Amino acid sequence: MTNFAGTALRLCIMALALVVAGCAQTTTVEQANGAFYDPYENGNRSVHSFNLGVDKFLFRPASKGYVSIIPDPMVTSFNSFAENISLPGQAVDYLLQGKPKETAITLYRFLINSTVGFAGLADPATDFKVPQVDTDFGETLHVWGVGEGPYLELPLYGPSTTRDAVGVVVNLFTNPLDFAPTRPIDNLGLYTEVVRRMGDRGRFSDTVDSILYESADSYAQARLIYLQNRRFELAGDDEDAYLGLYADPYSDPYSDASDPYEDPYAE
Amino acid sequence: MLSDLLNRRNFVASAVAGFSMTALPLPALALTEAGARTLVNNVVSDINKVIASGKSESAMLRDFEKIFVRYADVPIMARYALGADARSASQAQLRNFTKAFQGYISRKYGRRFREFIGGEVTVRSARKIKAGYEIKSLVKLQGSAPFDVTFLVSDKSGKDKFYNMFIEGVNLLLTERTEIGAMLDRRKGDLNKLISDLSKAG
Repeated sequence: MTNFAGTALRLCIMALALVVAGCAQTTTVEQANGAFYDPYENGNRSVHSFNLGVDKFLFRPASKGYVSIIPDPMVTSFNSFAENISLPGQAVDYLLQGKPKETAITLYRFLINSTVGFAGLADPATDFKVPQVDTDFGETLHVWGVGEGPYLELPLYGPSTTRDAVGVVVNLFTNPLDFAPTRPIDNLGLYTEVVRRMGDRGRFSDTVDSILYESADSYAQARLIYLQNRRFELAGDDEDAYLGLYADPYSDPYSDASDPYEDPYAE
Repeated sequence: MLSDLLNRRNFVASAVAGFSMTALPLPALALTEAGARTLVNNVVSDINKVIASGKSESAMLRDFEKIFVRYADVPIMARYALGADARSASQAQLRNFTKAFQGYISRKYGRRFREFIGGEVTVRSARKIKAGYEIKSLVKLQGSAPFDVTFLVSDKSGKDKFYNMFIEGVNLLLTERTEIGAMLDRRKGDLNKLISDLSKAG
């Protein structure tokens, strides 16, 4: 029943995603060169300025306060808790991607960490060498053949694409636990995600600061880093697909990689 | 090889590489998988030694710059980062840019190494690619999931050197090319201004 509600909502949004994301996309070769499709750049840059303001005056100080007040092992515990809360949703995503083995591993992790791991505050599954899992509805859409779509910077959330934005909304609001008959609060997944992000923002504050505040064009840096990292995640273990990403600077170091027609191996 | 040396760009690169070479050059044999693996292991162990030394931050950053020059093909990285603008640069500008780039990268990434204290790097696989070898490693930090760091190693400079790095798929050279392009745009394309600002940045 709980899975059914989530799945039905996912299917509705899937139809929307196909319409939005199917319109235009970059080719694999273009993506290999770090190319991006950003027709909404002006709007995105406005959102970026807004996000920078929110970070500077709210999120950054709150996150730094959080990691300085809360002892490090507890921050790790809260991260584990947030991760554990997201596992039922990930299990559904793996199922929708046609990966029953990963679905089982994800549910197994959830079972172990929810019980032996004190409701997910500890991560004994990792100590027991249960494989790591990491997926989301954006990846499900990718597996179903939905293209990346235009780059989008989402208010409060940050870098995304039209496809992954759909995934973010679905994952945050259709956590199967939200459909459980007895639940502590609504949208638990949303709140734990905010706490998890604060932990990461606080822990890696210098690195994030260097991208957001020390770069000559923080929008362009965030866009490039997000897209490369996301494409890497989605490529998974498909190593041959990934070989295409290695532009060879020895062949022509002067070439402009943002030229979508460049062949990285051209002599 | 001879024609390579006579090529203007490579001549400058070789000259700069020779100029900045430290006392212990790596053996100039053909690059093997074992050699590429050793290179990555040496980089990691040298960086760990510096972090463990407990020196002041500025002293550590100077040590990181030495490590960078010793193990990385700095001239090719600098020219790639400068991109199409390197074409119109004079030899002196290219030389100065390379020097500034080397300090900038060492400071910018050297400061980040603090977050990697206690981290463990395991070389997982090596694979032949066009310019040399791809070495994949896994970095484990306290309290977060392990992540992928990939080094690209080549001997095209005449020595075994790494020339690019990917952290969870993020291409260091491409990221720096975007950043340096943005810096150059902000200075209305003034390369000399960029060089002098870059020597202080990072």
